[in-house]
Amino acid sequence: MDVKIKSMKYDDFKDNEALEQLRAAGTNIIMGSLDKLIDWGRSNSLWPLTFATSCCGIEYMAVGAARYDFSRFGFEVTRASPRQADFIMVAGTIVHKMAPVLKRLYDQMAEPKYVIAMGACAISGGPFKDSYHVVKGVDTIIPVDVYMPGCPPRPEALLYALMQLQRKVKVEKFFGGVNRKEKRTK
Amino acid sequence: MININDKCIKDKILSVAPDAAFDEAAIFTVTVPAEQYHRLAHCLRYDADMRFDYLLCMTGMDWGDALGVVNLLESTTHDQSLFLKTAVTDRENPEIPSVADIWETAILNEREVFDYFGIRFTGHPDMRRIFLRNDWVGYPLRKDYNADEALNPVRLANEELIDTTTVYEAVAGGKTEAHTRTVFEEGEYVVNIGPQHPATHGVLHFRVSLEGETVKKVDVNCGYIHRGIEKMCESLTYPQALGYTDRLDYLGAHQNRHALCMCIEEALGLEIPDRVKVIRTIMDELQRLSSHLLFWSCLCMDLGALTAFFYGFRDREKVLNMMEETTGGRLIQSYNVIGGVMNDIHPDLIKRIKEFIKYLPPMLKEYRDVFTGNVIAQQRMKDIGVLAKEMAVAFGVTGPSGRASGWACDVRKRKPYAAYDKVQFKEAVRTEGDSFARYLVRIEEIEQSLYILEQLADNIPAGDYAVKTKPVIKLPEGRFFKSVEASRGEFGVYIESRGDKNPYRIKFRSPCLPLVDVVDTLARGGKIADLIAIGGTLDYVVPDIDR
Repeated sequence: MDVKIKSMKYDDFKDNEALEQLRAAGTNIIMGSLDKLIDWGRSNSLWPLTFATSCCGIEYMAVGAARYDFSRFGFEVTRASPRQADFIMVAGTIVHKMAPVLKRLYDQMAEPKYVIAMGACAISGGPFKDSYHVVKGVDTIIPVDVYMPGCPPRPEALLYALMQLQRKVKVEKFFGGVNRKEKRTK
Repeated sequence: MININDKCIKDKILSVAPDAAFDEAAIFTVTVPAEQYHRLAHCLRYDADMRFDYLLCMTGMDWGDALGVVNLLESTTHDQSLFLKTAVTDRENPEIPSVADIWETAILNEREVFDYFGIRFTGHPDMRRIFLRNDWVGYPLRKDYNADEALNPVRLANEELIDTTTVYEAVAGGKTEAHTRTVFEEGEYVVNIGPQHPATHGVLHFRVSLEGETVKKVDVNCGYIHRGIEKMCESLTYPQALGYTDRLDYLGAHQNRHALCMCIEEALGLEIPDRVKVIRTIMDELQRLSSHLLFWSCLCMDLGALTAFFYGFRDREKVLNMMEETTGGRLIQSYNVIGGVMNDIHPDLIKRIKEFIKYLPPMLKEYRDVFTGNVIAQQRMKDIGVLAKEMAVAFGVTGPSGRASGWACDVRKRKPYAAYDKVQFKEAVRTEGDSFARYLVRIEEIEQSLYILEQLADNIPAGDYAVKTKPVIKLPEGRFFKSVEASRGEFGVYIESRGDKNPYRIKFRSPCLPLVDVVDTLARGGKIADLIAIGGTLDYVVPDIDR
């Protein structure tokens, strides 16, 4: 059985149109450098909330273990308290009874906070979307930063999603920026 | 050994319930009117010739004109099974006498039936919803359920937890009185554990009443991952319904799917090739290995031994690799299909299994060195949460947890399926019934699984990996039940068919529901820290409870 696996091209891996737009905007050199420093630190120490509802949670655990080891990217400090967490990974189906609990957990997290929707269920309800008791996508309850398809997503996909989140964190500006594009059109 | 078709048994049943009707299908069925239901249940449970002490599966039913329950009873002494069926025609106020005083497992199961069908059980101590919110409108598994989302929108207001429950008492004249019973008194110190707590292994909610550090009572609140799989299956064809079984207990994905496939195959009368049986057995055992290794990792982590988590996951990844090569999936494999398996095994599978059989025993020794022999670990598990054998049977606690209490309940031995009658293995049974026994049983089962794999690795018969089935699969009319030994206990599938291409009612007998049911009994009088050890060694998977 010869299976040819096409790996992702490195350029594709970095490709993300939404982030390119953010990056295109300019900034003051001092403030921009300060922002870069802060974002570099923040993006490499994102702490997830220990939160899993079903199957995806097991893959999440597998990523925490030695083989995939997400501590290489600074994610290993999983926090049991939402007050100490930077992002919440919605790993698994969210049902009607769980929805207020998830909302509350999200509200309890300190800003800046991020959400990753892991797996088909969290994105849209997935295989359970016809059910009477399943929320059709967590983005109806809380804002989502990264969507990660799969049922359940492989650990590699999870790592990729986490890196996408890092990229998103890296283009954030705390001290404000200048929008070059808008200037040009004037 | 008795024969249930025996005339004297029938006479006995008729003497207690004169209106009982019999149906001699594959599994003997007794139908009684609701008035005689409790009396007959009592007789079936305590009569020396019958002793149906194990309520395997309670299924709520909506037959359109009537609502009712179908109980699958088993006798652990006589090795017999029987369906006990009852129904009421009143759809507004359906009432059936409760059998919670006869089988403890009925307490939670009747709450489930109440939740799904709105059938009130008279004499039941605690008639609350269990999976759905208290303010849910309607009973979802009824055939005339109104699924309009305007009735039940996603409510983002926090659910009000109520400290009282309703008890329906049958009084003279065929009337029913409702009483209010307090679950938690005013001023009782109640601590919430979950629904978001790392030690509950998922989204489970315990409300624990404490006296200092001592647990007085545990109230289980499920449903935080209730996806309504049984209802969805009713509108799907049989091959489509297979997909959901993997997602019930994802650590027993193969075994769950195996159960549904076998149930359908038996109903169709399909002859399964020997090769398929052996492949399925191998996959079931690999799944058991992966599940028990995860159990070990997580239990140790719950008890504070973080290193063990990495050890266990390192070895579990090797099992996942083997499964992935053949099935293409790490966790959800979708490998079994009706009539066989999806594709032939990978040519390297046998080689890898043999390597793994050599690899794991030294690792198990390492496990023992780091954890089993550890004084702290032993003190946290020995004599903690002792479950007596009678209680295990009454609650229907099967699998490694039941066997740790001395109940030889392994389905692989009791009702051999697939290739389990061709292999030799020892059923791990202990008598202590405490957390440590539950832990040791699982470690021994890892060794036994390796032994089974060793016997099968070189003996896979040649042949097809699947038999051809019709493009549209229609089951004949009737009731079908099949169970397998999943990683956590007896997983059963109950199908009621009306001859269509989709099931009229499908019910999954979850092995984990009895496991949370028994937490209250085990934790009472113990310390709150012991609750973690008890939960860890019972090893429940929450999506399997909630379905």
